[in-house]
Amino acid sequence: MLDSALELLRLQTEGELTAVEIARRSVEAIQASQPTHNAYTHFDPDAVLAAAEAVDKKRASGQPLGALAGVPVAVKDVLCTADMPTTCSSEMLRNFRPPYDATVVEKLRAADAVLVGKTNMDEFAMGASTETSAFGLTRNPWNTECTPGGSSGGAAAAVAAQTAPLSLGTDTGGSIRQPSAFCGVTGLKPTYGRVSRYGLVAFASSLDQVGPIAWTAKECALLLDTIAGFERRDSTSLDRPVPDHLAATESNDLRGMRIGVLRDAMEVDGIAESVRAAVTHAIGVFAELGAEIVDVKLPHDEYWVPTYYVIAPSEASSNLSRYDGAHYGHRASEDAADLVSMYCRSRAEGFGAEVKRRIMVGTYALSEGYADQYYNKALKVRRLIRGDFDAAFEHTDLLLGPVTPTPPFSLGEKIDDPIQMYLCDLFTVGANLAGVPAISLPGGFDPSGLPVGIQLQAPTLQESRLLSAAAAFQSATDFHTKRPKQ
Amino acid sequence: MAQLPTTTIIGLEVHVQLKTATKLFCGCSTKFGSPPNTQVCPVCLGLPGALPVINEHAIELAVRAGLALNCSIPPMTKWDRKQYFYPDLPKGYQISQFDLPICADGALEITDPANPDAKRHLGIIRAHLEEDAGKSMHDEVAGRADSRIDLNRCGTPLLEIVSEPDMRTSEEAIAYLTKLKEMMVHLGVSDCEMQEGSLRVDANVNLHIDRHGERIETPIVEVKNMNSFRNVAAALAHEVERQYSEWDEKGYTRQTHGKRTFGWDDVKQITYPQREKEESADYRYFPCPDLLPIRLPAERIEAIRKSLGETPEEARQRLESHYSIKVYDADVIVSQGRAMIEYFEVVASKSGDGKRASAWIQQDVMRTLKEQGGDIESFAVNAPQLGELLAKVSSGELTNDRAQDVFKHLLQHGDGIDDAIKALGIESVDDSQMEDLVRSLLTANPKIVEDVRGGNDKAVGALIGQAKKKNPNAMPQKVREIALKLINGA
Repeated sequence: MLDSALELLRLQTEGELTAVEIARRSVEAIQASQPTHNAYTHFDPDAVLAAAEAVDKKRASGQPLGALAGVPVAVKDVLCTADMPTTCSSEMLRNFRPPYDATVVEKLRAADAVLVGKTNMDEFAMGASTETSAFGLTRNPWNTECTPGGSSGGAAAAVAAQTAPLSLGTDTGGSIRQPSAFCGVTGLKPTYGRVSRYGLVAFASSLDQVGPIAWTAKECALLLDTIAGFERRDSTSLDRPVPDHLAATESNDLRGMRIGVLRDAMEVDGIAESVRAAVTHAIGVFAELGAEIVDVKLPHDEYWVPTYYVIAPSEASSNLSRYDGAHYGHRASEDAADLVSMYCRSRAEGFGAEVKRRIMVGTYALSEGYADQYYNKALKVRRLIRGDFDAAFEHTDLLLGPVTPTPPFSLGEKIDDPIQMYLCDLFTVGANLAGVPAISLPGGFDPSGLPVGIQLQAPTLQESRLLSAAAAFQSATDFHTKRPKQ
Repeated sequence: MAQLPTTTIIGLEVHVQLKTATKLFCGCSTKFGSPPNTQVCPVCLGLPGALPVINEHAIELAVRAGLALNCSIPPMTKWDRKQYFYPDLPKGYQISQFDLPICADGALEITDPANPDAKRHLGIIRAHLEEDAGKSMHDEVAGRADSRIDLNRCGTPLLEIVSEPDMRTSEEAIAYLTKLKEMMVHLGVSDCEMQEGSLRVDANVNLHIDRHGERIETPIVEVKNMNSFRNVAAALAHEVERQYSEWDEKGYTRQTHGKRTFGWDDVKQITYPQREKEESADYRYFPCPDLLPIRLPAERIEAIRKSLGETPEEARQRLESHYSIKVYDADVIVSQGRAMIEYFEVVASKSGDGKRASAWIQQDVMRTLKEQGGDIESFAVNAPQLGELLAKVSSGELTNDRAQDVFKHLLQHGDGIDDAIKALGIESVDDSQMEDLVRSLLTANPKIVEDVRGGNDKAVGALIGQAKKKNPNAMPQKVREIALKLINGA
């Protein structure tokens, strides 16, 4: 029941369900799922029901309702909420309550959505397994011995466990798409600047983007329509009209569309057969839908991960300087001898190992004498990578390939091996470096029944094209209709 | 031992606070002196998730300053983060400009303090925009150090103007600062109130010692925290002596010692080494990913150039010749900025007396502004009103004293001049009334009559006060005239 936002909207309009009834089911589902999956960091049943009640009252009094009226939405705990804690799953912000709502949260409230809670994540969005959270790891609803992916693992698991039909994630290097693939749901990283970052706690500012997670591309479009658009408070948001993405998903006709297949990605070392099979199958589906299939190369793809792992930690080392114990957040409890030891102890206690690792890498990459060799060089390579995408999109409309090299891996498998963990981002960081939109779709299952995703990438601001192709794929396949056993 | 010949090398870094209503990256007020932490928001507090948005007015003011300082303004400039930890810097970095400042390669010409007929051309390396930090207040009560942070100032726009090390004497440094300050005030770029910290000076200084043809350079010292031009001069003088003896006694040179940071102790009148914020300052500058580069098309720069108007020098000359006031007086008015010049011009033309206008503005208007705060644009007595009032003094309709009363009334009540005159009971006294009054006074003061007859006309002065006591509207000039006429004619 809690797997289709569009269905919930229809049932309310037809008077068959109230927002409170929906919220109650969502609350029950969260209560049932939470002990096992731990998808949420914050959940207040009374507040959820009160919000739903307000929507019902609004409807009863005949006031106009927003596009997501009465629909439960889970929000990644990296987005500021004035009425809930915003922790980034870090000890540093365990008790932090922002005095304001992120723009996307404001927009959800304005659309009359019911915010059901904050979802678990890798600490400060750094990780690919949700194992670095200070609030305990999240488990994959398809197999609780597996990770849900990360960093938006809680957001993807919340949808997969059917606690809410929609959730908001954030994607800096694949953090929406990889967990969506692992949890068998659909997740979109919009064009950089399509959605305001105001109130998104920064990890790597030039890469971060907020995006929707749902079972279907259509419902991702519905949520994107609510959150997209220029905002003055984010100077990097794009002042461009927002098309009706939901309407764009109505057409299943892909005739004339050129889809470029990233063949090289399918041949990399260590890629799972189930992943290759899912992409191969998808090529067939798109061809049948009328698309023209061509092969495409992105010549600098081998530099994506190294480039990303210089730029993202560099920005992170700067963005995370503000957590020093002086103004808010964790402060070392004992009396520190002086200011510097207060800083050092607060940060040593407040941050986990992965966050510290990235701060150190980033600090090093920006240091005098090293910046040219690392950070500035990475910026140059980033320009080449962008150029590759531009060139590819000159003769293709979309790019098709894998999301991750493997199906969901086991909990604990990679947590002590940062390099293996970083390689989870092999196919996803390119879209962040180039700023283009990309979507992860359910594309099959491995022999053990674990979900496998496929990825589509589009030119800047072509979310409508991306979502319409994804919806067409979902009209011809049933992977997105499968549910984990409860 | 006789001192060897030395040359002092001085370069100045001046921070001016730009005169914007709101901060550089958020909508908080830049007003000075409010209770701590009342002018803050998520952006200037550096809260997680908050993002900066450029204040276009700050860009405009920076370009104005740059053009006036003969700088080139690049078509594209950008923002960089300068990173260090300090409690008054809540983000852990300052948004500043590193390699592409908004203004570069300028110069300021001053009159050579050693030769009034010569000019000195002082280079300006760059001027860049940055956000100010907050203020730390250290309070040591009962043996326990207690630090408090006020973030009201955090995010206030600053323009840091860096000169070439072109100054050779503290007099030149002061002349440079005076001219720079005058220009910034005149252009409306900054208030340059040193007491409020809206103009701050750091001086880089060292010596070139000529030891029989060999040049020895002493280590460069940057002196911070000087809150008046007098202190800048005193600090430079102190450094010159200190650096010479340090070289003389310990042999310190630029080769043996790197740049150091000193503070200025206003009470002891000495410079002292400051503890560095970081052992080695690696600020790890990188482009701020939250802000787009600033593009300044040539048309926009030209439009700002056209709006600059006359320089302070030109304004001074014009006031001097056009309104026949003294150089000194023109200087005082020009140094108050363009709004004051405009105010003066209206008062001077309306009253028809530049000298009187200048005197009133310097004494009454500026004193009131100083006492009550506020600026001339919103002053309770506007320029046409003051002009009208002074015109009445020029025509003899009002005495200077009565005009003062009217002025005070206007300040308090904000009425029109005619209402003020009525309220104060001021009316003109006709000649026959005056004659009656003076005659009665002469009868009561035979001594004065005698003195005047004895050739001392000045003796009538004593009557003026008495006349005014009996009738506050009595005009001193009239009293004098009538008294002399009555005494000498009788």
